[in-house]
Amino acid sequence: MSIQIDDTDRRILRHLLAEPALPTPELAVRAGVAQATCWRRLERLSEVGVIQARQARIDWRAAGYEVEVALRFTLDKTAPRAFDEFLAAARGVPEVTGIETFLGRVDVRLTVIARDMAHYQQIYRERILTLPHIADIEALMLISTIKDSASLPL
Amino acid sequence: MIDLDDTDRAFLRDLSRDGTLSAGELGRRHGLSQPAAWRRVRRLGEAGVLAGQRVQVDRAALGFGVTVFLGVKLATKGRVSLEDFERAVTAIPEVQVVQHVLGLFDYRLRVVARDIADFERVLRRRIMTLPGLGQVEANVVLTEEPRPGPFG
Repeated sequence: MSIQIDDTDRRILRHLLAEPALPTPELAVRAGVAQATCWRRLERLSEVGVIQARQARIDWRAAGYEVEVALRFTLDKTAPRAFDEFLAAARGVPEVTGIETFLGRVDVRLTVIARDMAHYQQIYRERILTLPHIADIEALMLISTIKDSASLPL
Repeated sequence: MIDLDDTDRAFLRDLSRDGTLSAGELGRRHGLSQPAAWRRVRRLGEAGVLAGQRVQVDRAALGFGVTVFLGVKLATKGRVSLEDFERAVTAIPEVQVVQHVLGLFDYRLRVVARDIADFERVLRRRIMTLPGLGQVEANVVLTEEPRPGPFG
């Protein structure tokens, strides 16, 4: 690990991660550094790849996608390319908003959104159950998100 | 609920890739004047569809090499126990995400840690001591891939 990060960087990152929409002048005040320093540090953190991207967050519920389900898959690992083929096929489903692979009881998790239950049912039958190498599926339906933060205890 | 047209969806697609795009740039890409593009962005914000920014960082470079998803089942249910649990779990700095779910578990937690030893510390001292905690299942994240979703 060759990237050098000091306490000032950590302080800026801590405040930025806690409140990503904060304008840089305000961020500088919170982190207790001069504005110019803050700009420079943010630029450097992006250049070295510590800050990878700044993206808008879409609230899918507000956009009309009322249903969010986390589908947990166990794959048939006797098929040698089960992971690659499953992931490639899952990337082709537009309603999948996230893919995670795990070490544990579950192999892969897909986050699937749908406009309503009827729409979910349709996606589940036509796009999910047809994915290759599925051994088992469990579903967790999202009721509410109580905390969602990218904060790190820096 | 807000009605979205093709231009709105294109704006959302572009902004979910690069949240720093200006209204001027969005307008240029999709054939709108800067003020017209700005009005659309404001409307998407007011409707709550554009819900702030997300900063993606290289967690490993910052010393957080381990991400774990925990499925948690409560031992006792009822409104009071849910509130106690939620209050305590959201206060843990290593817990980034808390979702109330329906299914095999009651809650889904996303936990970051420096390494497996650090995760064990968080699990023993912070998670296992949560009020009302029943069963816990841990899955260590190997890869994460956010996808653009239906507007992509």
